[in-house]
Amino acid sequence: MKLFSNLISAIEITNKTNAKIEALMEYFKIAPDKDKLWLIALFTGKRPSRPVKTTLMREWCMEITKLPEWLFLESYSTVGDLGETMALLLPTPTHKLDLSLHEWMSELKALKPKSDEDKKAFVLEAWSGLDQQERLIFNKLIGGSFRIGVSKKTLVNALTKLTSIDANQLMHSIIGNWDIDSISFEELIHGKHINYDNSKPYPFCLAYALEKELPELGEPEDWIVEQKWDGIRGQIVKRNNEIYIWSRGEELVTKQFPELVEAMQNFKDDFVIDGEILAMKDNDVLLFNDLQKRLNRKNVTKKLLEEVPVGFKAYDILEYNGDDIRDVAFIDRRKRLESLFNSVALPEHIKLSFLVDFKKWNELHTIRDNSRAINSEGLMLKMKQSPYHTGRKKGDWWKWKVDPLTIDAVMIYAQKGSGRRSSKYTDYTFAVKKDDALVTVAKAYSGLTDKEITEISQWVNKNAIERFGPVRTVKPELVFEIAFEGIALSNRHKSGVALRFPRIARWRKDKPVDEIDTIESVKALINTN
Amino acid sequence: MSTEKKLIKFTKKGIYCPQGKFYLDPWYPVDYAIISHGHADHARWGMKRYLCTDDSKAILQHRLGADINIESTSYGKEITINEVKVSFHPAGHVIGSAQIRLEYKGYVVVFTGDYKTQPDFITKPFESIKCNTFITESTFGLPIYNWKTEEDLQSQLQSWVKTNQQNDRTSVFLGYSLGKAQRLMSLLDGCDDIYVHRSIHSLNNAISGSGIKLPETKLWSADLDKKILQNKIIIAPPAILGSRMLKRLPNPATAICSGWMQIRGNRRWQAVDAGFAVSDHADWNGLIDAVKASEAEQVYVTHGSQVVFSKYLNEIGIKADELITEYGDEALAKAEKEENKVDV
Repeated sequence: MKLFSNLISAIEITNKTNAKIEALMEYFKIAPDKDKLWLIALFTGKRPSRPVKTTLMREWCMEITKLPEWLFLESYSTVGDLGETMALLLPTPTHKLDLSLHEWMSELKALKPKSDEDKKAFVLEAWSGLDQQERLIFNKLIGGSFRIGVSKKTLVNALTKLTSIDANQLMHSIIGNWDIDSISFEELIHGKHINYDNSKPYPFCLAYALEKELPELGEPEDWIVEQKWDGIRGQIVKRNNEIYIWSRGEELVTKQFPELVEAMQNFKDDFVIDGEILAMKDNDVLLFNDLQKRLNRKNVTKKLLEEVPVGFKAYDILEYNGDDIRDVAFIDRRKRLESLFNSVALPEHIKLSFLVDFKKWNELHTIRDNSRAINSEGLMLKMKQSPYHTGRKKGDWWKWKVDPLTIDAVMIYAQKGSGRRSSKYTDYTFAVKKDDALVTVAKAYSGLTDKEITEISQWVNKNAIERFGPVRTVKPELVFEIAFEGIALSNRHKSGVALRFPRIARWRKDKPVDEIDTIESVKALINTN
Repeated sequence: MSTEKKLIKFTKKGIYCPQGKFYLDPWYPVDYAIISHGHADHARWGMKRYLCTDDSKAILQHRLGADINIESTSYGKEITINEVKVSFHPAGHVIGSAQIRLEYKGYVVVFTGDYKTQPDFITKPFESIKCNTFITESTFGLPIYNWKTEEDLQSQLQSWVKTNQQNDRTSVFLGYSLGKAQRLMSLLDGCDDIYVHRSIHSLNNAISGSGIKLPETKLWSADLDKKILQNKIIIAPPAILGSRMLKRLPNPATAICSGWMQIRGNRRWQAVDAGFAVSDHADWNGLIDAVKASEAEQVYVTHGSQVVFSKYLNEIGIKADELITEYGDEALAKAEKEENKVDV
């Protein structure tokens, strides 16, 4: 595990992508085949299910260290990561275990069905035979989550640099269905498995936020403009009578949306289409808040299906009857998509995303400003001649979102972050006035600079009311401008409103607390929404 | 208890001994200050009279000015100030650092200042003293803080330097000018040429001037030829991060050396190439061992994790209370930054 442990150390300390790529390449050059496969699996979220419960591991750690629970929790809230906390608390190792990554993984796989007694013996033996960093990795391997700042793209770039295999193909290969026990590293990176796979998605084409004036884009007739619907991007793959739905996070979400699968069976042709999965009722797009009720559910009940029906608005077509047409110009792909949608009768919730009719650039301003009324986030501008790119590429596609709504609110709780942010208070809860009291309206984690976070953390240390635990109640003194994309009434929230994607726009050091928004002024935004 | 109450008083200006009419590491100007060590959060400006160890004297004069009214004495030697017996005992924290022992009518108070129980290559090792009242720091008072041995640290740092050299990189270590810098010098001695930042260089000169032998170093000055520094070792204060001087180095690999680096989040917070948990403070077990060895019936816990550490001590049957002071890492970092402003 030394090799893998060194790789993790090298990757996590740097914020330079090139250094990460180099470390990965080094690993791929010298690690055993099976280890490489596991590395790819772990870094792409293909993790085996957890063999040992976290609560048990915590218990055993407290038992060994003889620490009271409150002190264990205090340590945890300082470190911000449970696996790391345990790695730091446990006594120095008594011997040296030297297993490679894949050996550990198969041990962990074999551990799953065993009794708690056996599991305990195994974990304790591992803890006493690994150094601090290895122990941390071992704990993470059990949990299966490795979030250390290596994106799939970084991984693919390292593999491409090493093998000269096309990045798109590699991306295909590593995100698809493959079984670690029945594929070799060479087979995987050469994509031996992907021809057989009916589910294979394409990497999504993503857009940058518009950073220039519209006329700088050139002639309006060279562009197609659509609404930027506020749901989740999805890719529907239909091949050989099988239907798969992929989310933008490259997860298979087919089972979550049975009404989409059913509707897709109407089509005769095979295809891969890109579009937006939306909560839709009676032809209207509902708020993202509604859609959220449908996401990440293991079981979709009949009641939920009726309460929040889901629909799909198609943007693009990437593959038609087996042909990859991503290099065809968007205007032609769009025509293909239209004729596909006109080829059969479709239920009401499956639609083409309509095109915005405009002749001059300046007509778009009003249309964009009115997007929120139809629960759209703004506009998408796409060059007629653009191919369907892999990933984010500047120039051909732009997103032009409506300006966010903003309120001024005061910080009332602060909590330490995780990972890189675990040493600082980075997660905040904000409140607005309600009569003479304060009421929570939003939590936000992003939008401040490292310097501001450091300053706030020091302030929290001095002004916290609690002295234990991860959440600190602070004096309501610091005022922030909170930006968000939408607002809706909600009876799940104490304030009665739910904000969509709140983040910190800026720290209003100039603003005294008695000038923050009231819940009434916040609710008033719903009407203009 | 009644004697103790008389012997030390916690005032706004600092910890005061009414019988002796002196303060211990006060944070506001007073007539007579007994100083545990030379760090800026313990040895402050404006005292009419200072008393410290012989090894600290040059450091205080260097930091606070040659014209301060200062006396010093050797470790272990008992002197009497207004009927209170006062002596300094090694704290193992930085060069010259001491615990201050007070005795009055058979009642003993020990004020640790900052301390480290684990021996290193450069400071006089921590000496445990029995007392009635023990005033302990708690900078790293959580069980997640457990330091490596000095030998393990040495091989960790030196192998990092070697790796950097293989990649044609200059190793830059960041640590406070007083304490961490000299400790790093001792850990890296013999590895390759060591260059130090001006603030460390002048402090080293002051220390050497008082007869203490330090590992050999050279001054890292802005006009040095870059080629000379290639693949060498540089030690500088943390305030230099982001400075032009650092950016001018050809291919630097930068490491922060601090106990806080024990936690990954802290290592990753600043964009550096490495973080090493090198601390001049006691780790969790060091704190507990020191408290137990003092056999004190009353413990006061100062700067750091005083809430957690005092709660834990009470749970294991040692009477402990929190004591709010103005010592601590943040105060020190701020002071060091101020003092180095002109140099970086």
